[in-house]
Amino acid sequence: MTALQAVSTWAIPVLLLLVVGVGAVRRVKVYESFVEGAKEGFETAVRIIPFLVAILVAISMLRASGALDLAVRALSPLTDAIGLPAEVLPVALLRPLSGSGTLGLVSELSKTHGPDSFIGLLAATMYGSTETTFYVLAVYFGAVGVVRTRHAVAAGLIGDLTGLGAALLVCRWLFV
Amino acid sequence: MRGEDTGVVMLNWIWIGLMVIALVVGAVNGRLEAVTKAAFDGATTAVDIALGLVGVMALWLGVMKVAERGGLVELLARAIRPLARRLFPGVPADHPALGAMVMNLAASWLGLGNAATPLGLKAMAELDTLNAHPGTASDAMVTFLALNSSCITLVPATIIGVRVALGSTSPTAILGPTILASATATAVAATAARLLARLPVFRLPARPAGPEAGS
Repeated sequence: MTALQAVSTWAIPVLLLLVVGVGAVRRVKVYESFVEGAKEGFETAVRIIPFLVAILVAISMLRASGALDLAVRALSPLTDAIGLPAEVLPVALLRPLSGSGTLGLVSELSKTHGPDSFIGLLAATMYGSTETTFYVLAVYFGAVGVVRTRHAVAAGLIGDLTGLGAALLVCRWLFV
Repeated sequence: MRGEDTGVVMLNWIWIGLMVIALVVGAVNGRLEAVTKAAFDGATTAVDIALGLVGVMALWLGVMKVAERGGLVELLARAIRPLARRLFPGVPADHPALGAMVMNLAASWLGLGNAATPLGLKAMAELDTLNAHPGTASDAMVTFLALNSSCITLVPATIIGVRVALGSTSPTAILGPTILASATATAVAATAARLLARLPVFRLPARPAGPEAGS
């Protein structure tokens, strides 16, 4: 537990030191490179706006209509059995399909329940716990014209399920 | 191709479904006014969050550019090479496919998506030259994609940015859990890829390429 919290605390400072240190030793123009990379920050943030708007509008409307409450109440008996807040179930379902859609869901949950609530922490951990499997398979197999994908979907979904399940277990252990 | 279509088509219907449900339930509950207001609030919140992300994204992409120039991707790639040789027994150690794969994985783990994708596509092209059954995924391809579709996340910069934008008191609290969960997913996905390849349904057709081989 403390080891994992130490990772959370130290990962960024250690990585910063490593990056800047290696850059200095290898005579990289560190400051110039940093500024050049940082220029892409604005563009990256702006690029996700349409996706965030689409998801946040839909979820906000659903919440205001009372439909989200109904769904949560209906699903709670099922999700409670595995210790998953029903609110976070959509994050798990959407994760293999859409990265930006999931980011929207996680943002909405973090905003509504607070980023430091259990729901906010769990949703954020789930986002990083696996990749957008269907997108990865489509891009990479499409590039080399593979149509018979054999066990790729099964292996990918097993990975997703593992990542999401591991996120739930770790968060329950660390944040409850 | 099919996967992308599945994802986009499903998202299309999910979004339509969400809108319709919200409007119908809102009308039944007599909350249409609140629903309309929520739509505007949601749109505004989305932009607030995205703009709140700019600082963290700029910081992180700046740092990652330094990492790229400093050769950190090559360093990590060299470190994971021995592991990759064991995971891909069908790929000769001196084949360019192995080099492209470890570079792709190193770039992905560091969160360098823009650098990782071209390397991954090169790796797939190289693996295809080793593929005895064109059009059918080889064992190595499936294992490589399992590693990619469950990708270890060392620093989920975007989500940290969202947490910063929403005023979290400890934006990096999720780092340890994320690394542990994603590393577990990667290990299990790679193992599953190797084991599933032995199942009769997924077994490669006897060469030369036959029409069978579950998809």
